[in-house]
Amino acid sequence: MAEVTDAPTLRLEGVRKSYGIGTAVELEVLHGIDLTLQKGEFAALIGPSGSGKSTLLNMIGLLDAPTGGQIFIAGQTTSGLADRLLTRLRADSIGFVFHYHNLLPEFTAQENVMLPLLAARGRPDDDMRAKSADLIAKVGLAAWSQYKTNDLSGGQQQRVAIARALIMQPALVLADEPTGNLDTQSADGVFDLLRSVNASSRTTFLIVTHDPRLAQRCDRIIELVDGRIDSDRANVAEHLAAAGASAAAVLPAAA
Amino acid sequence: MNAIAPFEWILATRFMREGLMQTLLIVAGVALGVAVIVFMSALLSGLQGNLFRRTLNYQAQIVILPPKEVARPLREQRGVASAAVVQPRAQRLKSVDQWQTVRDQVARLPGVVAIAPVVSGAGFVLRAEASKSVGITGMEPASYLRLIALSDKIVAGSADLSTSGMLVGTELAKDLGVAMGDKLTLQTATGASVTLTISGIFDFGNKGQNSRSVYVALRTAQSLLDLPGGVTSLEVNVSDPFAAELMAQTIQAQTGLEVDSWIVTNAQFFSAMSAQSLSNDVIRFFVGLTAALGIASVLVVSVVQKSKEIGILRATGTSRRQILRLFLLQGALMGLMGSLVGSVMGWAFLIGWRGMAKNADGTPLFSIAFEPMLFVYAAAGATLVGTIAAVFPAQRAARLDPAVAIRG
Repeated sequence: MAEVTDAPTLRLEGVRKSYGIGTAVELEVLHGIDLTLQKGEFAALIGPSGSGKSTLLNMIGLLDAPTGGQIFIAGQTTSGLADRLLTRLRADSIGFVFHYHNLLPEFTAQENVMLPLLAARGRPDDDMRAKSADLIAKVGLAAWSQYKTNDLSGGQQQRVAIARALIMQPALVLADEPTGNLDTQSADGVFDLLRSVNASSRTTFLIVTHDPRLAQRCDRIIELVDGRIDSDRANVAEHLAAAGASAAAVLPAAA
Repeated sequence: MNAIAPFEWILATRFMREGLMQTLLIVAGVALGVAVIVFMSALLSGLQGNLFRRTLNYQAQIVILPPKEVARPLREQRGVASAAVVQPRAQRLKSVDQWQTVRDQVARLPGVVAIAPVVSGAGFVLRAEASKSVGITGMEPASYLRLIALSDKIVAGSADLSTSGMLVGTELAKDLGVAMGDKLTLQTATGASVTLTISGIFDFGNKGQNSRSVYVALRTAQSLLDLPGGVTSLEVNVSDPFAAELMAQTIQAQTGLEVDSWIVTNAQFFSAMSAQSLSNDVIRFFVGLTAALGIASVLVVSVVQKSKEIGILRATGTSRRQILRLFLLQGALMGLMGSLVGSVMGWAFLIGWRGMAKNADGTPLFSIAFEPMLFVYAAAGATLVGTIAAVFPAQRAARLDPAVAIRG
């Protein structure tokens, strides 16, 4: 699996984040995070509530700016970029899967998947219709593509969100407790889907989760405690057993 | 670059369709406002146009007169006190000095559409035992009829006078028992007289005017009033009646003559019209403001309701500009839809009003001006108002911190 690229998908150098700067209640929640994710990695970010997981994820997703340190996406620095460039970089390189209710209820499942491409290109075209239909089918919702998202179950909504995160063919997918609101069965299905996408497209995944069972199915487990990386270990053997079978069940083969 | 791309359009229309109740309510609100403005404007411009026609069609907008004659007391000399009562001079009939030059000069001014020389004075109409005092107006039909819509009021004969013809009012004709083709003698206080043939009878719809004025040819009046070659006034019309006073002052400054505009001579009428226009403008302004506030408040609520979705859109690659345009577009669409519905409503009101407000004889009480441009202005204005109203909510939406917005 030695697909060498020029730069890692994600590199963090001493990333810090403080809130309430200049006030009496200045609070640093991240104390210098160094982290590198190579192409194709499938990593879990775990840690207790308040450890800074979501803050870190927002900064990696360029939704929030760090107060110190640097973030590189595919080798490109993100510090000091104008909002317009950040938006473009985010659109091109990063896919988001949030926990619960992250679709636009005004639109159908397929339209939700299409939105990032529509925002980037400005007007709808046949290519994005084909791509979104293809992705909807890949996440197993071909029959539901014309349903409004409120008519879908939680697990189905999350599959739509995954399809949406993938339509720009991002280098990195960030998932914030993607299975947090799902029952065990749906959660497993969604997780299997993420793994199979990772296996087939070598998209890098960083998944925030509270669920130790799911974390154990990732290749790498990064634990954040009190704004510092407490442990960062490979988890190869665990995932091979779990992922092998279920990935094949969802996706026939690498597309 | 790409001004309003379909992306924003698709989102805006979908958002508005999903929040249908909000959209319908605000569109209804804007529509009512637009309907009121359309109705009021059409009614008022019809009313004013009517009054205006009645007033201005039969009088010149600007009248150029010779300067008033003033009494000039002797200069006081040093050491000599004069005890004198200075009386204002009685104004005799006097010609405008070098009126042909003045006429040509004024005719060249931009905005002047018609100018006519007039000789007017007082006299008597005599027929057998009867005599009536009248105002005599001497004019050249070629220039005067371009100024005053006299032809419209002729009930018999024609307004095209010859030197031996005269025009009389219906009332005068009745009093003297004369008809077309009859002869009447005109006499002045100084004894000059001339006998003329009635070549036209007019009806101004005003008894005083119909019994007390006659029109004769310019030359006839000149000889009758002992003003050979002279004229007592030059009458002027300009393209914008409301600029008449400005023009009058310009002419006065250039010629040194006495110049009056209809705005000064009909001050009361003019101020009534101005007050009407002003009150209409005030109503328009406040209706527009109300519509703008309504649209703004709906959009502010919408931004709050949709903040999570805005955050998601931002996280999935939608730029700030796109979010800004999304909400500006919604404001514009609300304004436009409201104005379209409102124009139809206003138009229906007008039709209904025209059917209801009638004179006893069935003719409409007011003539209502159906100005197609009014609807175009209403649509453009409401769209603009909607867009401006959306600026603040749109900026708020665009500035939302996506991380915070998604967390909810």
